[in-house]
Amino acid sequence: MENNSVPKKRPFSLQLDLSKFEPATEEEKRQQDVMSKSTTFFRDGMRRLLKNPLAVASLIVLLLVIATIVIAPMIVPYGYEEILSVNGRRDKGAKNLTPFEYSTAEKKYIAQGNSRFPHIFGTDEQCRDYFIRVVYGARVSLFVGFFASIIVLIIGMLIGSISGYVGGRVDLIIMRIVDIIYSLPDMLMVILLSVVLKEVLTFKTGSVLASLGTNMISMFIVFGALYWVGMCRLIRGQILSIRENDYVLAAKSIGAGSARIIRKHILPNCLSVIIISTALQIPSAIFTESYLSFIGLGVSAPMPSLGSLANAARQGLQSYPYKLIFPAAAICLIVLSLNLLGDGMRDAFDPKLRR
Amino acid sequence: MTNLLDVEHLKQYFPIRTGFAKTTPLKAVDDISFSIRHGETLGLVGESGCGKTTVGRSVLRLYEPTDGKVYFEGTEITRSNIKSMRRQMQMVFQDPYSSLNPRMTVEDIIGEPLDVHRMYSNSKERREKILNLMELVGLNAEHATRYAHEFSGGQRQRIGIARALAVNPKFIVCDEPVSALDVSIQAQVINMFEELQDKLGVAYLFIAHDLLVVRHISNRIAVMYLGHMVELADSDELMDHPIHPYTESLLSAVPIPDPETARHKQRIVLEGDVPSPLNMPTGCPFRTRCRYATAKCAEEMPDFTDRGNGHFVACHVK
Amino acid sequence: MEQKQYEHLLSVRDLHTHFSTENGTVSAVNGVNFNLDAGKVLGIVGESGSGKSVTAYSVMRILSENGWIDQGEILYKGDNIVKWSEKEMQSFRGRCVSIIFQDPMTSLNPVFTIGNQLKEAITLHTAKRGKEAYDRAVELISLVGINEPEKRMRQYPYQLSGGMRQRIMIAMALACEPDILIADEPTTALDVTIQAQILELMQSLQKKMGMAIIMVTHDLGVIAEICDEIIVMYGGRICERGTADEIFYNPHHEYTKGLLRSIPTMNSKKQKLVPISGTPINMLNMPAGCAFCPRCDAAMKICLEEIPEELFINENHKASCWINVRDGKGFETLPETAEKEETAK
Repeated sequence: MENNSVPKKRPFSLQLDLSKFEPATEEEKRQQDVMSKSTTFFRDGMRRLLKNPLAVASLIVLLLVIATIVIAPMIVPYGYEEILSVNGRRDKGAKNLTPFEYSTAEKKYIAQGNSRFPHIFGTDEQCRDYFIRVVYGARVSLFVGFFASIIVLIIGMLIGSISGYVGGRVDLIIMRIVDIIYSLPDMLMVILLSVVLKEVLTFKTGSVLASLGTNMISMFIVFGALYWVGMCRLIRGQILSIRENDYVLAAKSIGAGSARIIRKHILPNCLSVIIISTALQIPSAIFTESYLSFIGLGVSAPMPSLGSLANAARQGLQSYPYKLIFPAAAICLIVLSLNLLGDGMRDAFDPKLRR
Repeated sequence: MTNLLDVEHLKQYFPIRTGFAKTTPLKAVDDISFSIRHGETLGLVGESGCGKTTVGRSVLRLYEPTDGKVYFEGTEITRSNIKSMRRQMQMVFQDPYSSLNPRMTVEDIIGEPLDVHRMYSNSKERREKILNLMELVGLNAEHATRYAHEFSGGQRQRIGIARALAVNPKFIVCDEPVSALDVSIQAQVINMFEELQDKLGVAYLFIAHDLLVVRHISNRIAVMYLGHMVELADSDELMDHPIHPYTESLLSAVPIPDPETARHKQRIVLEGDVPSPLNMPTGCPFRTRCRYATAKCAEEMPDFTDRGNGHFVACHVK
Repeated sequence: MEQKQYEHLLSVRDLHTHFSTENGTVSAVNGVNFNLDAGKVLGIVGESGSGKSVTAYSVMRILSENGWIDQGEILYKGDNIVKWSEKEMQSFRGRCVSIIFQDPMTSLNPVFTIGNQLKEAITLHTAKRGKEAYDRAVELISLVGINEPEKRMRQYPYQLSGGMRQRIMIAMALACEPDILIADEPTTALDVTIQAQILELMQSLQKKMGMAIIMVTHDLGVIAEICDEIIVMYGGRICERGTADEIFYNPHHEYTKGLLRSIPTMNSKKQKLVPISGTPINMLNMPAGCAFCPRCDAAMKICLEEIPEELFINENHKASCWINVRDGKGFETLPETAEKEETAK
């Protein structure tokens, strides 16, 4: 090469290995251009969720709570309505014990060489183990919260999707009904409805419904009748916005019918929002349940709920503050972790918040 | 030989609420007629809001037209036969992001038209067809199980094209198929449209605002302004000898990627903005911005007439 | 600020801008150098992900929260603005450098009148208040070619068309007569006829006010029409730079060549376009060598391994492509300067 004679101007040509200037093969080029690993929407969301420390912590707390309320009744040898007795005799001294305290009768029993399961949260004024009552209370609260949300979801989804997809006059009427329900003072309605339903509802003794208790049933009805409106609006809004997407138009131009469009295109795309808002609905239902139980309109005695336990603890608040603290802390823990988990899920799965 | 598609006096109005219990029709498309021959590409250009997208959608009956008739191979398209017609006519969308369902795999997206029209006898045949289609548009078969969001814009557009081709259509409406893509990818997709036309003989209605792209791909070009067609001609004819003043200024406004030409070009810069379609000027819609406008233009809508050689123009002056 | 001696109005040296994303750190700009002199129009062209907008935002230091200037200097009149405090930057933005964005629909606040927003921009950076500021706003509106300026002052953004809003944005950017105007895809969202209006306006304003313009766009047509000098970017690096004529008629980087082959022009009647193959660059997975090599038809083994240096093609033109080394074109420094250095020794 003649330019080698002027090295100062073209210093490259001296140092370069000429074999490097052969054309690269397709293979070599391809290696540089790798597509990132395939992920499904769900896996991607889960990965995001697991990266969120708050959400993971609340998930763990929730799992622990659920494990406790499932396992504890199997281990703790007391029933939630059982008045403590030692050797078949009622233990009148086991009233208002502090956590891990034994009554005189129990101490004697233990001194005889028997073992006695400790009262982890103490006992109440009717000589019942408080821990198992709180556990059952949490059970009831979670159960109510979960099922109430499902009821809200089913009613809200049904009416919301009709309203959103059919549109026109139907939409107009449904939305006005929703507006009316929204404008009612909901707590007042809840209280009135619970009072009225409590009087009206009677069930055959022994049936499933009766074992739940009229209060619980009326509570579900209250939820179903009042709280679906939020879900309904949300789903209607979702459907309206998803309907505007080009892929729905594309499906239409292919010749797909309404049923297919709803099933394949609209529902899968609002699923994440539905699940997330249901998850966020649970804590609010738990709160409402606790509130109703607190004012005496919730589950009927002797079935405890966290709210009614807190209510009962009010009377001896000065002497036995822990009786309020335990159920209240349980409510806080459950509601807080459900809320944080719901928020984490929304951040992880809601595509609108991405980027 | 009959035309593939004949559009006669197509009108598409949308009711717009302009006051309490008062609606005004928005004349998105107002009395348009054109035809498309077998295996031809008709380019449709115009500025945003001129109704070009609406034309494409009304032809495919994605909107119910207010008035006018559309004939496909001589058969009028009606509400009742539209489902079978959709096997002949398909659409490719502008936005490669919103036109693919994010919850579906590539395989299911391309397979959807096959499912809808039951075009296979067993799942093996379905898969074969899908893989053939993917190969046709230059997609790697191993990507069939991936989701749309994993692909780049150009690849997504290929998926959209494969979906449109799944039913072996004779006619595809391409609604700005390359305007959302990067320059270096645009050419890939444009070339693919051309190759597919050569291979499959499919006709396109190619809607775009980029005149250079439209000129490149089209046999004939139609220019729209405010819901009206103002000029329609062979693409070279239209580019070299535009008659309508709007086409003229549109052409001169196109930025040319060539510094030398750009330096010597005389731009005809149009004054003002496009009038609102809710408040259309009387007579010729372009007269408010036209430098040749006369009194007649304000009174009468010019007819869309043939000036020889299939060069249609709607203008009183020129 | 004391008056310093400076070589260029704006000088960007070895700029690296990074973004942290959940999938790792992305280096959007990798060692960009350029100079801008008063009264010049510099075009930065590239596709999405090329780092062209990030370069412009780095100059203004208006990166989003997860982005930062990792390395490099931005010298404005000899001062390194990378080291400036946020407060100093606030007076820098608008007064020294202004920016107009792509989307005129979202860059104006919908709840305030045009007059309100213009006056705010004026009072923020100048001593003009009250009536004076109002008069200046009216003057600016007529400057950008909008009729009935007094009426426009009372209107809200939604009452104006897209082109008109972009004009208002330009008026706002020019409120304090900045030395540099950065235009980030200013005409992409506009129609062709409106785009022509805006380009015409920018050119005439530039002549009138003598500011420098950085035009960031993907549209080679726009670049060809108004730019003196062009920078072609790909994958966060500069591929090629030079005068408009050099870039369009004498490209020396495979990417530029491919780009020019792939766009339809007025002259090419029915020639087939030659597309650039492959998919756009994945910023999370940058090649070790030249960013363009996975898509380059002429890629060589060295392209996969080593990042090419910038070579002088001639005094108006530099390119970073190994092809030039193979073909024996290009110099590490210009022959004249090399000779000068030699004689100096």
